Amino acid sequence: MSAAPSRSRVTGWHRRIARLVLGAAAVFWAVATFTFCVQTLLPGDRAELILNVKAGTFTQPTAAELAQINARYGFDAPLAVQYGRFLGGLVRGDLGTSYQTQGPVRAIIAEQAAPTLLTLSALALAWAIALLLTVPSAGRDGSLARLVSGFQVAAAVAPPYWIGTILLVVLGVKLRLLRVESGTGPAGLVMPAFALAIPLSGFIGQVIREEFARVLDQPFVTSARMRGMSDLAVRVRLVLRHAVLPGVTLSGWALGALFSGAAIIETVFARPGIGGLLVMATSARDVPLVTGIILAAAGLYILANLLVDLAYPIIDPRLRAR
Amino acid sequence: MTPSANRAPGSAAPPLVAVENLVVSFGRGGPEGAAVRGVSFTLAEGRCLAIVGKSGSGKSVTARSLVGLPGRHAVVRADRLAFAGRDLTGLGDRAWRGIRGREIGFVLQDALVSLDPLRPVGAQIAAALRLHGAPAPPSHVADLLRQVGVPEPELKARQLPQQLSGGQRQRALIAAALALDPRLLIADEPTTALDVTVQAQVLALLEETRARGKALILISHDLAVVSRMADEVLVMRCGEVVERGAAAQVFGDPQAAYTRSLIAAIPSARSRGSRLAPASSPRHGHAAPVGTAAARSGVPPAPPPATLLRADGLVKRFTGPDGRPSAAVDGVSFALCRGETLGIVGESGSGKSTLARLVMALEAPDEGSVTLLGEPWSARPEVARRALRRAIAIVYQDPLSSFDPRWSVARILEDAIPPDEPGRRGRVSELFGLVGLPEALAGRRPLQLSGGQRQRLAIARAIAPRPAVIVCDAPVSALDVSIQAQVLDLLGDLKRLLGLSTLFISHDLGVVHHLADRVLVMSRGRVVESGTADEVFLRPRADYTRRLVAAVPRLAHRADPALHRKGNAA
Repeated sequence: MSAAPSRSRVTGWHRRIARLVLGAAAVFWAVATFTFCVQTLLPGDRAELILNVKAGTFTQPTAAELAQINARYGFDAPLAVQYGRFLGGLVRGDLGTSYQTQGPVRAIIAEQAAPTLLTLSALALAWAIALLLTVPSAGRDGSLARLVSGFQVAAAVAPPYWIGTILLVVLGVKLRLLRVESGTGPAGLVMPAFALAIPLSGFIGQVIREEFARVLDQPFVTSARMRGMSDLAVRVRLVLRHAVLPGVTLSGWALGALFSGAAIIETVFARPGIGGLLVMATSARDVPLVTGIILAAAGLYILANLLVDLAYPIIDPRLRAR
Repeated sequence: MTPSANRAPGSAAPPLVAVENLVVSFGRGGPEGAAVRGVSFTLAEGRCLAIVGKSGSGKSVTARSLVGLPGRHAVVRADRLAFAGRDLTGLGDRAWRGIRGREIGFVLQDALVSLDPLRPVGAQIAAALRLHGAPAPPSHVADLLRQVGVPEPELKARQLPQQLSGGQRQRALIAAALALDPRLLIADEPTTALDVTVQAQVLALLEETRARGKALILISHDLAVVSRMADEVLVMRCGEVVERGAAAQVFGDPQAAYTRSLIAAIPSARSRGSRLAPASSPRHGHAAPVGTAAARSGVPPAPPPATLLRADGLVKRFTGPDGRPSAAVDGVSFALCRGETLGIVGESGSGKSTLARLVMALEAPDEGSVTLLGEPWSARPEVARRALRRAIAIVYQDPLSSFDPRWSVARILEDAIPPDEPGRRGRVSELFGLVGLPEALAGRRPLQLSGGQRQRLAIARAIAPRPAVIVCDAPVSALDVSIQAQVLDLLGDLKRLLGLSTLFISHDLGVVHHLADRVLVMSRGRVVESGTADEVFLRPRADYTRRLVAAVPRLAHRADPALHRKGNAA
């Protein structure tokens, strides 16, 4: 308590970061425990499942065959030991072995990392569209501003696959601007990213718009105008920083929603990606792969929300000073 | 650019500001619905013009028209609107921006929220300089802050607005407005929401600015503030100028009845025991129910002790932003007797509001205790306190945020009446009568009420459960002088009718002197002086109280008060 004031504030700030990181780790641990429970406690014998997946048949394997698999995967150990091994593997980054390919799950997921860029680029694109439309039009009541706000409402409720199909037909088939078969290159990212980004931009835009209009009427904004600040400068340099806060909160959630959206949009554009992999792994009952993908997605989601929590005090320094 | 040809040869220098027949209307309303109708004035350099009137009188819109920002959808027309010989009518946006900040500095009202809360104070002043292409090194920004009397300017420049006190924020705003040395400074309610001593400092700063040859337009509803500085006064009402003239003439010998009523509405020692507002409240029709209500609440089954509320050695410590504990309330003791109004005055940060929270048992004291109706109050757990809760009620400074905005006025009142009370409907209309709210407002939402009506509703809600004690935390400091007068009259009436005992917290010495029987003066969490209102304010013993009393702005040119009171005696 007798520490110098500036010093104690820094440690307080560090303590808050530490608390956030620990909280995120705890949530991840809970997710891991939950997926482990689902894996082990669901009905059906796992050894039988592995043999069937490998052979592609649905026969009743012999007891000897089952015992061999049980021993190899450690299913014969007590649950607590299995749980310990599972967590130990997670710490080392080992997500287990796929039932289908017999390869490590981590490698299979890592192969899909590049295509998964889709979700991140969609998020960035959504922000760009939302800002471009909202910043000049928020707080105005002209017909153009109303049109933009109407578009954002429509975009927010439009399903991504529907937008994707329209983009395919218009840009790919009619105008021949982009190839219909998108492939894995960066050019192939354009249409699916837009398909995912447009609805999300509607959501973000609406959330920002409301806050933007509110802040525009604040006395400190009028004060800045009284000092000769132009309307554009008021919007970009003054109001925007306040208005992005609810949008940032939304982004943590949006990243999770984009993952599930990506699975569908990848199918529309015939792209590889983590979404398609999850669909395939689920239909093949490849439990370790499904678990691995869920854990990876959950990890990313938790990480995104951690970043949001850390970004908040940077945008709003009042949270730090308190 | 107006050529110099239209200046009369041989006359003095042309006025810096010339306004003739200014009309500002909003939306499609015709001239009769305009917010400002036919305002004319001129102002020379080194002079101070005061525009006074209630909120909504058009005084702010008039001033804001001078910088081309009268508000959304505003249409400004004028026979003449000129600054430094330059015609301002029909100016383009870019030309306006060149004038704002550089030629005319504007200090907006609401000092507490007129700085961007997310950016350091110094950065905002620097931005004001850079907007007009002026260099803004940190040393210059610190100099500007030093010139307006901000202590530790280098440190304050790096801090966020919330880390500055209200007075420092107002100074920083003035520094930003004066950064480019404009010829005219417009200050809109520059002292509202500030403590008296800070108020006096800000006024001295404005005075000094004028002494440097700047023209000054001062907008205020506080006549005392204005009388001290103004050379000329415009009194506005409903968009029109009702009186215009030299300050000494307007305050010393007001011609318009409206000006006289404004002057009479100022609460002070002189007005003790008399009504402030000329209009009598619409309460007379309810005389009978009021009488019975008073009888019912005034004669409980067993007479409680004469001391209703007692605080003994209250201490409350908080951990400051620097991690060090400091005492917000430091050993405060008092006793509130039946039917008494105990005033608590002090500047912001003196611990008044914390004391109110301790008394309401919203906060637990670190030391000491509160007793209510002779029973332990702060020492009990909340569950045990609940039965006694209806014996004490609070009225806040900002009533709006204490209402659920979706509830109607009637529902707010019904909710406050104890569930076991018979005839709730009748009690609601009785409450309407008691506080002088028309029953036609029953279906409105709080947002649709005026500031004065909201405060009446807050008072009605507070007295609904027939409390023994009411705590009023700065209940009139956000109101215009004439609305304030009505609310103060209401509190005075209720005290007489219901025998209310009130703990009245305020930073306005005039209001407290007008209303309170006894007064506690607080400074930095301690009681520095206590006594009857006249003792404390007319013969202050503590240095702090003397300074506080000396800083109170008074009507400078006030004529014989009895003269003005005659008109309101009815």
